[in-house]
Amino acid sequence: MATAAEKEGVVLLDFWVSPFGQRCRIALAEKGVEYEYKEENLSDKSPLLLKMNPIHKKIPVLIHHGKPICESLVIVQYIDEVWSNNPLLPSDPYERAKARFWADFVDKKVYECGTRLWKLKGEAHEEARKDMIEILKLLEGELGDKKYFGGETFGFVDVAVAPFTAWFYTYETCGKFSVDEECPKLAAWAKRCKERESVSKSVHDPHKVYEFVGKLKKKFGLE
Amino acid sequence: MLTSKATSDPRLPSNIFLHSNFRENTERMAGDLELKLLGSWASPFAMRARIALNLKGVGYELLKEVSGTKSELLLKSNPVYKKIPVLIHHGKPICESMIIVQYIDEVWAAAGPSILPSDPYERAIARFWIVYIDDKWFPSSLRTLRGLNEEAKAEAEEQLANALPLLEDAFPKCSKGKDFFGGETIGYLDIALGCYLGWIKAIEKMTGIKALDEAKTPTLVGWAERFCSGDAVKEVMPEADELIEFTKLIQAIMNAAPGRQNMHVSKNDR
Repeated sequence: MATAAEKEGVVLLDFWVSPFGQRCRIALAEKGVEYEYKEENLSDKSPLLLKMNPIHKKIPVLIHHGKPICESLVIVQYIDEVWSNNPLLPSDPYERAKARFWADFVDKKVYECGTRLWKLKGEAHEEARKDMIEILKLLEGELGDKKYFGGETFGFVDVAVAPFTAWFYTYETCGKFSVDEECPKLAAWAKRCKERESVSKSVHDPHKVYEFVGKLKKKFGLE
Repeated sequence: MLTSKATSDPRLPSNIFLHSNFRENTERMAGDLELKLLGSWASPFAMRARIALNLKGVGYELLKEVSGTKSELLLKSNPVYKKIPVLIHHGKPICESMIIVQYIDEVWAAAGPSILPSDPYERAIARFWIVYIDDKWFPSSLRTLRGLNEEAKAEAEEQLANALPLLEDAFPKCSKGKDFFGGETIGYLDIALGCYLGWIKAIEKMTGIKALDEAKTPTLVGWAERFCSGDAVKEVMPEADELIEFTKLIQAIMNAAPGRQNMHVSKNDR
């Protein structure tokens, strides 16, 4: 007898701590879609991953009825379009454009800056710290007094940013700043996100992320 | 960066400053119109928006940014990146070229053929390639353009040589035997890739590199010809020679004043 996951025909190739993979998990959970989760060993990539994403060989990859979709925000948009319940993108074209802009901003800025923050030292580290605070303040500016980036409802930008809330602790520790102090509204939003089942089930404990980065640092000879 | 104060630097062509006056007049008129595009003639990203608007037959006011300066309107409309293109519709700004194209497709859905595919999977494929193109293409083209060192040229050549066969391969799957990636009419991926064709031709002429090679990527060569001859594209695609002249001008300015980064020059009246 086919499981619910098999009936939907959805498989997610992922890596536990990846914020990009977590976006997909959150989106699928928001839509109530059953799927098969496959954890990849990134130092020994599966033949399935290499076949489904031959160009980049990266996770996440969503496989729907055998067809692969790559790039996390492309995947989230696909999920939003195929499963039309609980829409993540607003219906108004201008609001949609704004949501896409901010999700794209997160993609361009957060992970790259975060990496500089934990990898680099000296002046470069100081610059990364300034940049990260500026990025978070810009996000807070967009959030304003809203409950979520999507307004009253959890939306596309919320999905894009939520996984990074688990990285706040790492950024704070590496950058010696406090998100609570610099961006209190964003910090409050992060707490609200964690109360959502889709997020709490997809995103890991911040200390686990910090541990993971610690291991990466050792691997790169930075500790 | 050039300040807005006109200098009498004899190395700079006088038409740069003529251009500032032209822009001021345009700004005064533009208040009447509900659709404006902040752009420049040489920018492939601005071209994406212009092609989309042309496909939908939508009139708009083109506000040309003066090279080396950023207008108050640009800084106000795109405070995050301070870059063109910006579409301003009823006073509300939309930024990022492919987001603008999608907005145009959604707002003027009834005004012409769909720019984005209607099938979610096909949309995902188009979006995937657009991420790939924007990550790999423009940076490498620019490096070749600067032409400051042979190593940069070699690297750019290699990137193009790796990227184009993948797109050649993707074409039949996307087009399903029709003329464009989008099918019968110019679509989302066509616009994203096609906007670079003017610069590609310019680079080929300047460097002798054969980027679009009949022998290696014949399908793309055919597609490029069809794309460039499309009505929506013809009037906004700069000629290779104009872009070469533009490049030489920048290089001359940069050589004359080292440390002046990010300087661009407007071609007048385009």
